[in-house]
Amino acid sequence: MPFSNLPLLVYIYQIWEEEGIEAIETWNVGEQQELEGDEESKLSIALDINSTCAKVAFVIISKSMNSPTPQFVPSRLSIYEPIHQIGIWGENFKRNGNPNTSTSLIVEVDNKLENESETTSHEMLAPTNNYEQEASKPIDKIQRRLAQNREAARKSRLRKKAYVQQLENSRLKLIQLEQELQRVTQQGLYMGGVLEGSHIGFSGTVNSGIAAFEMEYGRWVDVQHRQICELRTALNAHISDIELRILVKSGMGHYFELFRMKSTVAKADVFYVISGVWKTSAERFFSWIGGFRPSELLKVLVPQLDPLTEQQILEVCNLKQSCQQAEDALSQGMEKLQETVSSTVAGGPVAEDSYIPQVATAMEKLEALVSFVNQADHLRQETLQQMSRILTTRQAARGLLALGEYFHRLRALSTLWATRPPEPSLP
Amino acid sequence: MDKVMRLASEKDVVVFSKSSCCLCYAITILFQELGVTSTVHEIDQDPEGREMEKTLVRLGCNAPVPAIFVGGRLVGSTNEVMSLHLSGGLIPMLKPYQTWC
Repeated sequence: MPFSNLPLLVYIYQIWEEEGIEAIETWNVGEQQELEGDEESKLSIALDINSTCAKVAFVIISKSMNSPTPQFVPSRLSIYEPIHQIGIWGENFKRNGNPNTSTSLIVEVDNKLENESETTSHEMLAPTNNYEQEASKPIDKIQRRLAQNREAARKSRLRKKAYVQQLENSRLKLIQLEQELQRVTQQGLYMGGVLEGSHIGFSGTVNSGIAAFEMEYGRWVDVQHRQICELRTALNAHISDIELRILVKSGMGHYFELFRMKSTVAKADVFYVISGVWKTSAERFFSWIGGFRPSELLKVLVPQLDPLTEQQILEVCNLKQSCQQAEDALSQGMEKLQETVSSTVAGGPVAEDSYIPQVATAMEKLEALVSFVNQADHLRQETLQQMSRILTTRQAARGLLALGEYFHRLRALSTLWATRPPEPSLP
Repeated sequence: MDKVMRLASEKDVVVFSKSSCCLCYAITILFQELGVTSTVHEIDQDPEGREMEKTLVRLGCNAPVPAIFVGGRLVGSTNEVMSLHLSGGLIPMLKPYQTWC
């Protein structure tokens, strides 16, 4: 790398552990030493690191002038984008002759810490030689390029994260498919139908409905993830309410889309929807009639929405109560359905080998299951709509973010669980 | 038309149902929870059941049962009742007919 004309640069990237995405530059230089220009010099710079910063990613120390090889001291989370910047800076300074002078160029940039009210000072040390006139121009360019690179790095990390998430989802789906295959081959019969002749054809249609749903749902999760990231960015960037409203509407619409998808596949195979096999294992744990409990949704959302006005608190309280009542009613209806199907299947003389009438009747009763799934989804949809009515745009956005993040974490939990190390086998 | 409307106006809260309908059962449970005793007519047990079913569909119910009438007026099916309840409109509507023991 052509660093021969580079001045000394001290360059520290600090990456926030939590996000793993946002790169915040800040560098405070406590002491700096001037380089001897015409010889290799060893550099040691004491850095006074801001106490709220988490980590130092790497320090680039560049030797000046005659020695073209820089030394890199990468530490844990190294980001190599700044290498481009150094290349650019090198070009800038090359233009201005004078190889025997070193320039210390140290820049401090305001950092974007949320919990810091004071900003670090924006300081620029003008070089002490004929670089002075040129100094301000390249500095602006450098800062602009820095910002661009930061943005590019952030976007790149977001893309990577989305891609990894997609991979995880696919991997989990693969595990589920394998389990399903195992289950089916063991049981021998998926539909459990009496009409053996036609069941193959029927299950073909069923399976294509299910296959279509699985693909759509995979896409749905990807879009969901993207929307969550957009919401998070938007909320942190303090965009206008009008723009936020658009995000909220598309977030809500996305959930409604899921309910439509579920309704379609429920007609093909309601047991598929109710089993929750299309969801990850942790999500399935909380499953109620083929999806999440509306009252559970409220429990997750409400703590994230503070502060609420008195009026809002009252309305949310009422919503919680009516949600719970509606859920109870549907749950009891489901229990009644179970009893009905059970008694139908069990009915009739056992001594005889003919069970077709009972099973056929039971089939009719099972049709009601589709209505229950639809009602449960309707309840979920109404709950979301009522919440969006009660809340302000900003609160609704936070709510959607909280909800989406919650399900995202449940999926991550499922993946983690699926990949936990196997228990050591007993001797 | 007549029988349905007649039955609907006879009692405060009327639910048209079928004997095997578990969703109808769920609705009556909800009303019970809200302190309302609903009168249930199982149209599959009624000789004029077919006509009643057609009437209910004509009145605008997607599924003929459950069909809920409050104070002689059609509220709708399960969807409408649930939406009404979550938006806070059901309890005020039922208030005159609540009977807490």
